[in-house]
Amino acid sequence: MKTFSKRNGYFLSAILATAFFYFNGSDVTTSVYATGTVFALPLALAAMVGIMCERTGIVNIGIEGTMLLSAFVAFFVSSLTQNIIIGLIAAIFTGSMMGLILAVMAVSWRMDQIIAGTIINILATGLTSFLYVQGRTIPGVFQSFEIPVLSKIPFFGPVLFIHGALTFLGIAIILALYVAIYHTTWGLRSRAVGEHPSSADTAGVSVVRLRYINVTIAGAVGALAGAYLSLELVGSFERGFTAGKGFTALALMIFGRWNPLGALAAAMFFGLAQAYANQLMIDQIVNIPSQFTAVLPYIMTIVVLTISAGKVRAPAAEGQPYEKGQA
Amino acid sequence: MSETNVDKKVVKSQSEKSSKNFDVGSWLVPIVAVLVAMSLAAILIKLQGLNPIAAYKSLFKTAFGSIEGLGVTLGKSTPLVLSGLAVAVGLRAGLFNIGAQGQLLSGALAAAWAGVTFDGLPGYIHVPIALIIGAFFGSVVAGISGFLKAYRGVHEVITTIMLNSIVMGVADYLASHQLREPDQFLTRTAEIQPSAKLPIYANLPLGFFIAVVLAIVIWWILGRTTSGFRIETVGRNRHAAWYAGIPVKRTVISAMLISGAIAGLGGAVETLGITYRYAPAFNLGLGFDGITIALLGRVHPIGIIPGAILIGGMRAGAANMQFDSGVAPELVDLLMALILLLVTAPLITRFFKNNSNKSMTSGWGN
Repeated sequence: MKTFSKRNGYFLSAILATAFFYFNGSDVTTSVYATGTVFALPLALAAMVGIMCERTGIVNIGIEGTMLLSAFVAFFVSSLTQNIIIGLIAAIFTGSMMGLILAVMAVSWRMDQIIAGTIINILATGLTSFLYVQGRTIPGVFQSFEIPVLSKIPFFGPVLFIHGALTFLGIAIILALYVAIYHTTWGLRSRAVGEHPSSADTAGVSVVRLRYINVTIAGAVGALAGAYLSLELVGSFERGFTAGKGFTALALMIFGRWNPLGALAAAMFFGLAQAYANQLMIDQIVNIPSQFTAVLPYIMTIVVLTISAGKVRAPAAEGQPYEKGQA
Repeated sequence: MSETNVDKKVVKSQSEKSSKNFDVGSWLVPIVAVLVAMSLAAILIKLQGLNPIAAYKSLFKTAFGSIEGLGVTLGKSTPLVLSGLAVAVGLRAGLFNIGAQGQLLSGALAAAWAGVTFDGLPGYIHVPIALIIGAFFGSVVAGISGFLKAYRGVHEVITTIMLNSIVMGVADYLASHQLREPDQFLTRTAEIQPSAKLPIYANLPLGFFIAVVLAIVIWWILGRTTSGFRIETVGRNRHAAWYAGIPVKRTVISAMLISGAIAGLGGAVETLGITYRYAPAFNLGLGFDGITIALLGRVHPIGIIPGAILIGGMRAGAANMQFDSGVAPELVDLLMALILLLVTAPLITRFFKNNSNKSMTSGWGN
């Protein structure tokens, strides 16, 4: 009951703050919220990768690398074929492969999962640095379009319903994952495997298979987050392109208590904070050096983790390799 | 008291068991990993339409083919030995310090500041002061992660990575404002005073010997002293350590402080011995190389030295390799990643009947 009212309190204050800003300047607030959504989406999607893996008990610290390599492949293949759809498909394939590699290391080889994820990150950095060539261009990005009727709603229309295709796909995945985790057999089994794998095994759920499936699909979702950056938001690729978003996403996942909607809310908070900081600088209300606005999300990540640590509970079997016959 | 002794015995027998990781057989693993990684990278070079054999020949000839080249290699290896050592000390305590990068940057900037600002000191005072200041700042940055880990349970992997970016931003700001070279537009500090430069004796950089001596000292501390025993015990089993009366939180923090100080020293040595100033692009990647080097050296303080020299040599020869064979110098990054993948892959470690990967770090929970 206590957490319920607390959550309502957060929700209410968010609505009040939004309303306050909105009545003080509706155009600016709408554009800040729209920008905030754009900033939040890759973080939220990356957090979904973490949730899918950790709910089955696999720590995935390689989200950053998955995003980086997929963003690169998306850009590179789009540039080679001059077709961003093929680029997107190639990226999703790459992401699934990286998920599969993590599953092999973590599930079959029973490697330390933090080290396995770090290997993925370093591998992605090495491959993208080596293969990156300057001066490539892609034929275009996934353009924003309006969803008829819905986009005409004041405030919510421009914020939620005027975006590129990948944004809509991303939002759909987040909502679908929420439903899937809490209301489907797959979700129940995944959570059981993440909490108490030996019981799930006794009940006839294949721990190994479910972990493989979830980590691989999560890789594909991570690829979408990466492809979103290079094919929709920015339209280019550089070395170190993802700039720590994969790690911030892990913090958001923890802050959102391994719940897709919680992580989405945390990501919105991050995105809005950045959008507001940008707006303040554009309006020249405050003059913050660009280096400091750049490190803002990292500082927020540490603060958020420090606050939520100890108050949240991770899936119980997280980070532990499963061996049949072990309690 | 008797309980403590029993626990010590348990821990000792565990550590004897795992000391098998450091026998002759297991040392084949890194060598095989390096060779296989080079073969895999050769295929990629071939796919790019270039000649891998010419590339490797040029790479190693530049790095190890002459006395001058060897001097450059040892110079490049120095910060790598130290960042590898920093990661290794963390791993020994069960902490995965991915933040060697940020700690190294802060050490490099602080040493540059000390090297520029202090005036009129003789070299034998100026150099140690700058080194100590660099180590101190590295230690402070790592200490934040250590404190959050010990008292708030925040995983050090995330905090150290976030601190990497934070340090990079702050250092970038300082190097383009307060600490910028006067009357220059570049984001960099002024060159350090001659008295702060690490001397080079007959092509052999002094910094390298400092790093090697430090590696030996750390090996001695971990293996032969009480604080080393505490660090190892906490690293192997935090709960057992707690039952044995070891102050786990304090040990975690001090291991992070030591790790950060070594990384900071690595940055300081880089500034005082190679770059002679701080500029944001100079030290990219050194801290991450440390992870590969630490694991390549089987997390052994002295074992990391050959790996550091190998990778330092690759870094030293990369530019010439591009000139001779057209292969991008980022080949070294790729090689590092492949080596890391192979050296930790249980397939090849099991092939040598050695399973050492189980207890190097722990997941979120512990």
